[in-house]
Amino acid sequence: MILSMIDLTTLEGKDSPGKVKQLCYKAAHLHDQHPGLPTVAAICVYPNMVPVAKVALAGTNIKIASVATAFPSGMTTLSAKLKEVRFVVDAGAEEVDMVISRGKFLSGDLEFVGDEIYQVKNACGAAKLKVILETGELVTLDNVRRASDLAMNAGADFIKTSTGKINPCATPAVVLTMLEAVRDHYVQTGHRIGMKPAGGISTAKQGIQYLVMVRETLGQAWLTPDLFRFGASSLANDVLMQIIKQNQGNYQSSDYFSLD
Amino acid sequence: MVSKTNIRKKKVSTNWEYSAAPESTDHISLKSNYDLFIAGKFTKPKEGTYFNSINPANETNIAKVASAGKADVNKAVSAAKVAYENVWKKMDPSQRGKYIYRIARLIQERVREFAVIESLDGGKPIRESRDIDIPLAAAHFFYYAGWADKLDYAFPGRKTKPIGVAGQIIPWNFPLLMAAWKIAPALASGNTVVLKPAETTPLTALKLAEIIQDADLPPGVVNIVTGDGSTGKYLVDHPKVDKIAFTGSTEVGKSIIQALAGSSKKYTLELGGKAANIIFEDAPIDQAVEGIINSIFFNQGHVCCAGSRLYVQESVSKEIISKLKSRMENLILGDPLDKNTDIGAINSKTQLEKIQMYLDIGVDEGSTIYQSTCTIPKKGYWCAPTLFTDMSQSHRLVQEEIFGPVLVIQTFRTIDEVIAKANNTPYGLSGGVWTDKGSKIFKISKDIRAGVIWGNTFNKFDPTSPFGGYKESGMGREGGLEGLLQYVNLY
Amino acid sequence: MTQSLHINKTYKLYIDGNFSRTESGRYIKWIDPKKKMIINFCRGSRKDFRNAVVSARSAFKAWSGRSAYNRGQIFYRIAEMLEGRKEQFISELILQGFTKKQSKKEVTLSIDRLVYYAGWADKYQQLFSRVNPVSSPYYNFSTPEPTGVVAAIAPDNSCLLGFLSVVVPAVVGGNTVVVLASESYPLCGITFAEVLHSSDVPGGVINIMSGRHDELIEQFSSHMDVNAIIYCGADSGHASMVEKNTALNVKRAVKYADQNWINPDAQGPYHIMKSQEIKTTWHPIGY
Repeated sequence: MILSMIDLTTLEGKDSPGKVKQLCYKAAHLHDQHPGLPTVAAICVYPNMVPVAKVALAGTNIKIASVATAFPSGMTTLSAKLKEVRFVVDAGAEEVDMVISRGKFLSGDLEFVGDEIYQVKNACGAAKLKVILETGELVTLDNVRRASDLAMNAGADFIKTSTGKINPCATPAVVLTMLEAVRDHYVQTGHRIGMKPAGGISTAKQGIQYLVMVRETLGQAWLTPDLFRFGASSLANDVLMQIIKQNQGNYQSSDYFSLD
Repeated sequence: MVSKTNIRKKKVSTNWEYSAAPESTDHISLKSNYDLFIAGKFTKPKEGTYFNSINPANETNIAKVASAGKADVNKAVSAAKVAYENVWKKMDPSQRGKYIYRIARLIQERVREFAVIESLDGGKPIRESRDIDIPLAAAHFFYYAGWADKLDYAFPGRKTKPIGVAGQIIPWNFPLLMAAWKIAPALASGNTVVLKPAETTPLTALKLAEIIQDADLPPGVVNIVTGDGSTGKYLVDHPKVDKIAFTGSTEVGKSIIQALAGSSKKYTLELGGKAANIIFEDAPIDQAVEGIINSIFFNQGHVCCAGSRLYVQESVSKEIISKLKSRMENLILGDPLDKNTDIGAINSKTQLEKIQMYLDIGVDEGSTIYQSTCTIPKKGYWCAPTLFTDMSQSHRLVQEEIFGPVLVIQTFRTIDEVIAKANNTPYGLSGGVWTDKGSKIFKISKDIRAGVIWGNTFNKFDPTSPFGGYKESGMGREGGLEGLLQYVNLY
Repeated sequence: MTQSLHINKTYKLYIDGNFSRTESGRYIKWIDPKKKMIINFCRGSRKDFRNAVVSARSAFKAWSGRSAYNRGQIFYRIAEMLEGRKEQFISELILQGFTKKQSKKEVTLSIDRLVYYAGWADKYQQLFSRVNPVSSPYYNFSTPEPTGVVAAIAPDNSCLLGFLSVVVPAVVGGNTVVVLASESYPLCGITFAEVLHSSDVPGGVINIMSGRHDELIEQFSSHMDVNAIIYCGADSGHASMVEKNTALNVKRAVKYADQNWINPDAQGPYHIMKSQEIKTTWHPIGY
């Protein structure tokens, strides 16, 4: 289940078409030696890599997610952000991962933040919008809760913890806070908002802990790639190693699992 | 300026093909039937079964070769045991050495005959058997002959004792050379040998038996039993064999480890590989292209240490790949006995089918295939030089050993990335690096987890240079002092 | 004055540089031969072992990358620390039923063994490296390199000296180790972690477990991310299981059936070489 919920991610300054193509292949062929495995849900790349991914993933069901809105800081003008969002959507991204303006949020300008999310959502068109709160910069759980509510009310399809560039990334406490916000939002509005913890999740054990949290807080309905994702780059291989361990009985080595 | 000299105007065809230049086969002597070589004599197999050794270039039978059953293997091991106890281990080491020198010399004298037979039986280009396989085989005997009476100097603080009877199982890719790698150090350190050549390429080993007779080696010191995997299994399981040396697939190697578990037999394994050949942007590009050709198309890619995974730095990947393609067009595929031939025949039908299966997988996996446009002869087993681009670590072609002329190409950006990818494999036999910077060669050599690293070259071998793998590529080394260590007990 | 009540020590596993209890929460009750003291050792589990291998793997690159001189210094430091805790180890041995004389000898030899191998850290390479005179224009040399992560089943009969005699040569040679202490005499192997902890050995380089050998040998020998296994013991069933399992990933197997760890042949550079690989480099010569 974890594998099908992964947004396989590469967000590095040194990303190149070659790297993205290789990652796209990995997304569709996690471990061919073990038939019957699912593919990951999506791959997550920078805007200029969307066209490359579009070609590389043609014919698969894997979605293309792109970070936009001056990821990871978000420090640019709204018009530049909207332009970026339109570019990635036109280039074929089916999901957009935006960052909120944390500076504005912390200085209390919630209206600005909400409006920005609303406008980005409009620019997304049919594409799903994931709103990154960057909880590591929001510091308190109260802020996390407030930002979650704000994002959901402004039109987020998913709320997401982190960019992966700021520590701490996803932590159990933060994720639980956000899940509770999602639950309360559902109770109030009847809308199911998705959740995506990202950054620092690299082992199957952590993955299962988060799944349990989702099941306990939101229920089985959320245990689908439509409503729950992991943003991760190395989680998939650890899950694969545990699956093979279950089948063969002995512990595995990363030498036997392709990097990308 | 107009030249006043008359330019000779003669019509030259723009389509110049080289004439065939086949090595003649009239000076070789091959019998129509080969028996087992046991206790110094050619001996008929007890069950009387023979199999054909086929020329893979035209599918004709070259000779019938005896198939050794359990009783034959028993006989060979007993002969080796007797020779070990009564003659070889007691012999003055300097005399042992002289016998081995004799073998070396006799091979050197018959290089041409051996080269032709090697190419006939295995399909490899005569240029390679003549210039590499056979001379190197002789050089191995020559190198280890000299160790026979110097063993006290080999391992500081320790003296050596031979192990006993060595059962040696060799592959079909370098038939005589592998026999030499195995037999020479074993004899030099005082062991006796039962050698099982590969089923598809037994002839040069049997010709070596003739040389061993000519050298007057005491009977039973070297025994050669031909047959298929079952013959090898008898040898592995035989209680009087003290040491197993095997070169071949990782799969068979693992079954040998399991078969030997709980016994006190020592073993050396030289198994599969999937070597990374790394091209940096500061490499001498044309030299690197030649090197890539040699790393994967040498001996039709039937090389366990072949550079079958190519990693090219992104900035030069377009140039390298296009130069590689045009260089591939110049490779001549055809008659192994033709001195112009670069790519010979695939060793067997089974191997060709395996390669074909991988080509299909590669295409199915959506990679881009490129094959040179050579003409494939109608008879025999052939595979055009092939490369695949648009590959990633998760492609099966990147992960599994193909053992054919098939190169898979990936690109990389940084040195750390390529080191991680090169090591992302269960194998660890060899690796190559191309750069103009010496320090980078050492950096790659230090960080790649493999037994042999080539800087600005590939597929070089030498009797003095240890060869063998990390991880699933094997255990122990062949060549040099390390090769000697595999055949002695220290005390 | 009232007599002060003795404070009993809690014995734990040593994984990734931390003293941790077994994740399984299980224990082995151990009573000393004089029935004076009861100790609950951790009964380490396969998951503890897995965690230890993860830690050993992640420590490998940095440890094997340290200079040989530095590794030698660290081992000398370990010897210094053991010297300082000599009395503790002697009394632990006595507690486990050894005579005072035997115990003193075991600890003294153990310190000597550490100093001995500290000295080898930057020398065995010189002994076993060669420049090979190849017949082509290459500078060709072969050097030993550590094989990687080594799993060791320590000898059951010599709880400190035997333990060190298998662990130290592997680690001096740049490998990282997960070792299962003696089951009959677990005390010194486990408490040796206290020496390591104060000796500049990076976490994860030496991981120490206690537990049932019967239960753990299978996992020790079948783990795909372990490059070599050292098995000490005379149980032929265990030995042959270990050897069979090495086939899974072509692990290197080192066996000591009945080694006397006091003998001079229990130490030496050839023991280091048992967990080394030979790497040959061809470097071009030209212009």
